[in-house]
Amino acid sequence: MDRDDCTGKKQEGFSVAKMLEERGVSRRDFLKFCSTVTAAMALPATMVPKVAQALDKVQRPPLVWLEFQDCAGDTEALLRSANPTVGELVLDILSVDYHETIMAAAGHQAEANLEKTVKEFQGKYLCVVEGSIPMKEGGAYGCVGGKSHLARAKQVCGSAAATIAVGTCASYGGIAAAAPNPTGAVGVKEAVSGATVINLPGCPCNADNLTAVVVHFLTFGKLPALDSHGRPLFAYGKRIHDNCERRPHFDAGQYVEHWGDDAHRKGHCLYKMGCKGPATFHNCPTQRFNEKVSWPVAAGHGCVGCSEPQFWDTSPLYRRLPNVPGFGIEQNADKIGLAFAAGVGGAFAIHGAMNALRKDKEPTADEETKEGGE
Amino acid sequence: MGEKKFKQYIWELPVRWCHWINVLSIVVLAATGILIGNPVFIGSSTDAYLMGWIRFIHFVFAYAFAVSVITRMIWTFRGNCYAGWREYFPFMGAAGRKEMKEVFDYYTFRSKHPPETTGHNPMAATAYFVLFLVYWFMILTGFAMYAEHAPGGIMHSLLKPVYVMMTTQQMHLYHHLAMWLIFGFVINHVYSAWLMDIKEKGGEISSMFSGYKFTTSPYAVCKSRLWDFFPWKSKK
Repeated sequence: MDRDDCTGKKQEGFSVAKMLEERGVSRRDFLKFCSTVTAAMALPATMVPKVAQALDKVQRPPLVWLEFQDCAGDTEALLRSANPTVGELVLDILSVDYHETIMAAAGHQAEANLEKTVKEFQGKYLCVVEGSIPMKEGGAYGCVGGKSHLARAKQVCGSAAATIAVGTCASYGGIAAAAPNPTGAVGVKEAVSGATVINLPGCPCNADNLTAVVVHFLTFGKLPALDSHGRPLFAYGKRIHDNCERRPHFDAGQYVEHWGDDAHRKGHCLYKMGCKGPATFHNCPTQRFNEKVSWPVAAGHGCVGCSEPQFWDTSPLYRRLPNVPGFGIEQNADKIGLAFAAGVGGAFAIHGAMNALRKDKEPTADEETKEGGE
Repeated sequence: MGEKKFKQYIWELPVRWCHWINVLSIVVLAATGILIGNPVFIGSSTDAYLMGWIRFIHFVFAYAFAVSVITRMIWTFRGNCYAGWREYFPFMGAAGRKEMKEVFDYYTFRSKHPPETTGHNPMAATAYFVLFLVYWFMILTGFAMYAEHAPGGIMHSLLKPVYVMMTTQQMHLYHHLAMWLIFGFVINHVYSAWLMDIKEKGGEISSMFSGYKFTTSPYAVCKSRLWDFFPWKSKK
């Protein structure tokens, strides 16, 4: 593996055009990919040539992919397609030095690879993190190769050019961080303060968005603009609800009431089935998944809000509102509120009845002077 | 019986206007809000735009409510002393605490002497202080949810602290719960106004229409001033 480019020297024998040609991708397909990815980054069409040029001339930055407390779902999302896509090939431009699920090396050899990349390409390699980092008991709840996840994250993410947190766990702790969070799981940004982190939450993260972030980094040498949760605006800048193909049914007041009812068959709005589209920022409706075939709402299931912080604790899958803390599962906010209002009404009805029965002392001249108001 | 009462102008026009705008807004906001949270209607066709209109009404009254609350808060520094901001902190001064205890004793049947207050009854004023905190909670969470249609816009940027404190889902939940809290207040408020109208015989309820109350104390002109800071220290 020749990586002289990273030290500034000319790399021999490698070019993206050549690599793509070897894989049977025509120039036309490559330019088509550049157009789609430019659109995904919300850049104008005039940027397409620049993206193509940048990818043509790309220097191969090494990339390491770390897995912590995860289900490898983001890896699956990236790898599991019948035909390799141009996007995947572009990711191949990166020299993936370490990836626990797919690397050929094992044991000490694999760990040595990682150490070597971190040491030799300090501040130059990209790091992708999948899974949350357990913080409790000094990070004792997870380790690979004798090193705790926390120590590994600090070492690898701390000296990377940028860390891409893929999936909700790596972004905010995700499912592992659900109450009561026994392992003290947190996202990368929280575990490694000071690291340059971009969050791509989602369960799984959309591989197209990952590709777009990598292309952005290769084209401009920096990460795209982020929102307050550290997510790229091009992918998380709009609510699902505002781009949803079922939105007209929401505005019209046409809702699915039960799974499989007439409205469900007609494709009406899933709001009453607990869809979290109105509280979730992601580009699912436009980017979609699996070669843009479909996405949850198109398939007839409400959004579960997987790309929002604390979604596991505050987004029950089939109800609109989260549970009220301290009350049972079946007690929703409105039931509790109604009981509260009824209680207040009852209390004052009793108070009123008691007042109707009581006899007040009439004011005397003496008390009148004492009163006097403000 | 036969006690002498003075007719006094207590509630100025902005106070009454704000009160009734609040009443109207709360009723409309609660009704539309419940429907937004749990739509029970069926749109017959896709161009019905039922939810669209209900949300529009909710947003229009949200603005009206916010303007009314802000106006009323400004008036606490411009109006008479009964509208003044220090009315809402009776518990900060010894005299206020004493009055508060009298009212509390009367409410809890420990005293047979109905307290008479010219402006706000100190227990009620304390409740209004808490109520205004709830109002601000509703305004901030409401507009924070509203602003999510345009992330990065002015309103969204201004409300950034709200997004830091709560997730959108939590905002929805607490916006619901706070509405029920306001319902509880309204029940209490209407009941107490009715009770004190009967017991005080000072025209408590009609005063919110006319501005006039009938009190045993003689007429006094008073003014709320911004520089009356910590007035309870200089109180007679």
